[in-house]
Amino acid sequence: MIKKNKSKNIKPEVISRTAGSWVYSKMVKEHFFQPRNLLLQDPKTDQYNAQGIIGSPACGDVMRVWLKVDPATDRIKEFKWRTFGCASAIAATSMLSVMVTEHGGLKVDQALAIRPQDITKRLGGLPDRKIHCSVLGDKALCAALNDWFKQTGQYQRVIVEGTAIIDPDTKVTEADIEEAVIEGARTLSDLQKKTKVGIGNPACLPKAEELLKFYSEKYFG
Amino acid sequence: MRALTKYYFDYAATAPLDPRVMRAMLPFFSRRFGNSASLYKLGHEARQALDCARQKIIDIFGGPPAEFIFTGSATEADNLAILGAARALKSQGNRIIVSAVEHKGILAAAAALATEGFEIVTIGVNKNGLINLRQLAAALNEKTILLSVTLADSETGTIQPIQQIAALVKKFRRARGQAHPYLHTDATQAAAYLNIDAEHLLVDLLTLSAHKLGGPKGIGGLLVRGKLKLTPLIYGGGQQNNLRSGTENLPAIIGFAKALELVTQERKKETRRIKILRDYLEKQILNRIPKVILNGHPVKRLPNFLNVSILDIEGEAMLLRLDDKNISVGTGSACNSQTLEPSYIIEALGRPYEYIHGSLRFTLGRETTRSAINYVLKHLSIIVSDLRQMSPLNLKLTSRKKLISLPQAFIGGQTPHFTRTALYAIKKVKKYD
Repeated sequence: MIKKNKSKNIKPEVISRTAGSWVYSKMVKEHFFQPRNLLLQDPKTDQYNAQGIIGSPACGDVMRVWLKVDPATDRIKEFKWRTFGCASAIAATSMLSVMVTEHGGLKVDQALAIRPQDITKRLGGLPDRKIHCSVLGDKALCAALNDWFKQTGQYQRVIVEGTAIIDPDTKVTEADIEEAVIEGARTLSDLQKKTKVGIGNPACLPKAEELLKFYSEKYFG
Repeated sequence: MRALTKYYFDYAATAPLDPRVMRAMLPFFSRRFGNSASLYKLGHEARQALDCARQKIIDIFGGPPAEFIFTGSATEADNLAILGAARALKSQGNRIIVSAVEHKGILAAAAALATEGFEIVTIGVNKNGLINLRQLAAALNEKTILLSVTLADSETGTIQPIQQIAALVKKFRRARGQAHPYLHTDATQAAAYLNIDAEHLLVDLLTLSAHKLGGPKGIGGLLVRGKLKLTPLIYGGGQQNNLRSGTENLPAIIGFAKALELVTQERKKETRRIKILRDYLEKQILNRIPKVILNGHPVKRLPNFLNVSILDIEGEAMLLRLDDKNISVGTGSACNSQTLEPSYIIEALGRPYEYIHGSLRFTLGRETTRSAINYVLKHLSIIVSDLRQMSPLNLKLTSRKKLISLPQAFIGGQTPHFTRTALYAIKKVKKYD
């Protein structure tokens, strides 16, 4: 049954999900054309107290993040960044920098709790296949905070990336599975198409399926 | 002129309909609407117009007797050439040779044939985009039934030595006293600027598209020379000699013939005009913007193509910033493609991924003016310096394909996502060793 939209004032922004084209939301455009918190010159040595770099120019995206964390309050006071990235990466990181530093700055743990879909939501949506580009800022923030934790001796807070090997035959790691989910794998067969996990070694499939659920929930739940 | 038309630099994607073509088409939408298969006067009239348009196209090619099959697109014509010839000739052999820079309409059709027992051999290109002739000659054997080499590719516009390849194929056929292999070329990008008549280009099969020539969309065609009998892709009422059933799209066919006639008449003058403009754009970009690399052959290139890699910044970001100034261009960046894979054509030149992501394709056409080029130059310089300020990269200029990325910067220390799929995994990751 088709329900009629009763409120006449709300006109949802149309984001094309067909493979051929996409339309960016007004908010994405705004952050793309006027990115917030960009760092255009290399900083002085003690201007920021943590930094992180993530991505690869071969993938078409590199993200570098500088943070100023207040040790007394554990709040992030400044979030500066620079990128070799597409419109989605630029807009998503710009938005993330706003979310982290607005209202006096988030606490470190609050900042780490921001999920890519929280950023996407504030941006008014992103095309599905551009989610890949939008997680860069988030990952660079995590890398910078790890830098902060290590510098200040808070080793128990360091976040370890999932490099554990899940399938010993094909050397598929947890990070591979996370990537595959970000790129759109939703079922075990999608996942196998992308990563070849468990093709010759079905014993690792339950673990792979568990991770598939976990990351689907994390990014798209 | 509307700004979006004035600053349109994507003629390789499509071109506006020439008003003269539209005028020729109009009566066939209304007054002369008949079906060419009908016996009464309206049908007869349509049949005559159709035959006349077809003959006009065949006459432009000249040379030995040929037929011209109208299709729904150049992609369909490519498919008909590859699938139709392969299936018709499968008793003669199973090897098909294609270049690495073919249109997807050929590569994907060839990939489909690989599952039907055909052997597909892909011939690479050198760093300037020219096909490796030695490799091509070595790949020819008795079982080779078909070769497909584009006349000029759709990313860089590099012109392939089709005459040399045709001579090679002819010699091979004569030496073995056999009719195959047949030679197909996709002239979709080249037809507006290169001579495609038999005197200059003697191939067995040739693909054309109307909308790149100022004709309507939704119509392409395949020229078939000699006695080669293709296997059809579409079965039905037997139109077009049983090769492409379905009521012919007469208004589009009339527009196609008119557009081809006009570009042929104006080719010499228009080629000269466009080349001056393109050379100006190229020289100015290379002069004004540091760290820019030309993709494709410096000389043997269609006069309307300019493909450059602008280092340290990403193509989609440039494209959208240019679009904000009403300038339309193309890019080979992964972020602009449906599969998130960078352009396979620029990759075939041996460029590192970092360069491909920063590639921009300018293609000029009938409505391009010098003032539009000056407008582009002004804005491109600003946009590039803006985006470079934002970029943490500072790549060294090198045309060698090697790993220049920071390995530790990969997410989780992984290889790029598009090299991880089954087919690519083994082949490409090796290059990083």
